[in-house]
Amino acid sequence: MSKKVGFLQGNEAAAHGALYAGCKFFAGYPITPSTEVSEVLSIELPKVGGKFIQMEDEIGAMAALLGGALAGQKALTSTSGPGLSLKQELIGYGCIAEIPCVVYNVMRGGPSTGMPTGPSQSDVMCARWGTHGDHATIALMPASVQETYDMIVRAFNLAEKYRMPVHVLPDEIVAHMRERIEFREPGELEVIDRATPTVPPAEYKPYDTKFGDVPPLAAFGSGYKFHVTGLNKLPDGFPTTKAEYVQAEEERQIRKVTANIDEIVEFEEFKLEDAEICVVAYGSTSRSARYAVNEAREKGIKAGMFRIKTFWPFPDKQIKALAEKVKGFIVPEMNLGMCSLEIERCAQGKAQILGINRVDGEPINPEQILEKMKEVK
Amino acid sequence: MARYELRFSGAGGQGLITAGIILAEAASIHEGKQAVQSQSYGPEARGGASKSEVIIDDVPVDYPKATKVDALLALTQEACDKYSADLKDSGVLLYDTDLVTKLPEGGFKKVGFNIINTAKNEVGREIVANIVALGAMIALTGVVSRENGLKAVLSRVPEAFLELNEKAYAAGFEKATAAAK
Repeated sequence: MSKKVGFLQGNEAAAHGALYAGCKFFAGYPITPSTEVSEVLSIELPKVGGKFIQMEDEIGAMAALLGGALAGQKALTSTSGPGLSLKQELIGYGCIAEIPCVVYNVMRGGPSTGMPTGPSQSDVMCARWGTHGDHATIALMPASVQETYDMIVRAFNLAEKYRMPVHVLPDEIVAHMRERIEFREPGELEVIDRATPTVPPAEYKPYDTKFGDVPPLAAFGSGYKFHVTGLNKLPDGFPTTKAEYVQAEEERQIRKVTANIDEIVEFEEFKLEDAEICVVAYGSTSRSARYAVNEAREKGIKAGMFRIKTFWPFPDKQIKALAEKVKGFIVPEMNLGMCSLEIERCAQGKAQILGINRVDGEPINPEQILEKMKEVK
Repeated sequence: MARYELRFSGAGGQGLITAGIILAEAASIHEGKQAVQSQSYGPEARGGASKSEVIIDDVPVDYPKATKVDALLALTQEACDKYSADLKDSGVLLYDTDLVTKLPEGGFKKVGFNIINTAKNEVGREIVANIVALGAMIALTGVVSRENGLKAVLSRVPEAFLELNEKAYAAGFEKATAAAK
């Protein structure tokens, strides 16, 4: 049987990817350029016994998301720009209370209302550090419509596996462009469900580390009673200020990601074997970079691309290794140098770093990247 | 075929994004080529310069936006002024003769007819001006076959409007063919 295909926007593909992953709950507040996710799920979720709710604002939506996730459902929200700012306190709540969920944020111009219909990549740091306090972050960067579908599935898998909020950060171009996609067959992609308790309800503790760094999570309403708070807490979920618990808990929550970094970090290396120039790109900008690298190769310029698929945790190890090898990095991004900062941190002065930065609502074109290659010495 | 870039431009609300989607579907789903459709628009629901771009290739399309445009549709003077600078000399400009009176300079072929008026008075509804324009763009570029273009149109529109859209598509195709001679 031939596969079901469609000609979809990134946002529409995200909605269908969520359904594939088993998402049964969406809470959101519509905002350009992410609204199509809500539109599709408002129609599709009721058909599979799921719930769609449009809340009074983004704060309420994020709160509802955490509630739905604690009730045992795979939960998604979509937003953009100011919506991501509004969700931050509750994203932090999701981090400390260890609630699996997926935050799909389409990057548009900012800060504030900015350029609502223009593309941007300026939320990468907001995803990482927008909520206060020490916490781990996972953020994925799709570059095509098919990849948006597949990455939403992966985002749910990571959220469920590590019991934490996971970000997916398409830029407006990926979110709104249309491409042919194949809907995945059941079983074609891995789908992970959270670990649930095997102990009887009376013995259950929601943060019991005897089961490892990611304790099983019971669904509210399944007979397991437990306490959830934004305060630092004891294994049973009740608040504590005891130093030994607070320190150990904070470290464990970050270790869930750092100890599994090789599994979480995904990337693509394109024509890098003998490259002297490495373009580091992500999202739609990586498509300009691929075009530019192909053009450069035709002219005999030894260029390649490192495409970031997992932005957080950052691919430190890979960039460090490349810094030993290449003469220079070119970092095109639709912000004023956010990824460049990370490259600088990893390269430690061992390679030249040249940013190409646009925040005018226009994409970075291949010509700009080719031009910049002339500056690599 | 090599990478081929088309741009549909005009004002918000003229259905240019839909025209782009239909062409890209014709290429990608009905003709088995690779296609990407993208758009840029302002915060307004109506008015303001709007464009929809379609890139068609035999190999996967990397950069999803136009670099050097092969075929441009301009349904307003504003869009024509704003979006014609990167039209190739070997390319083609299709314009509405009532609305675009000042043509850009360049070696490209210029083909015009009264697109919106055709939709309004000959086909019967101004709302199908985008389909008239789509038929015309396919006639001028041959980027997909006439049949596959029509298939894509008919698979996108509601049942009650099949005939209207088929008529609009045919009118655009024939008028552009005649105007190009």
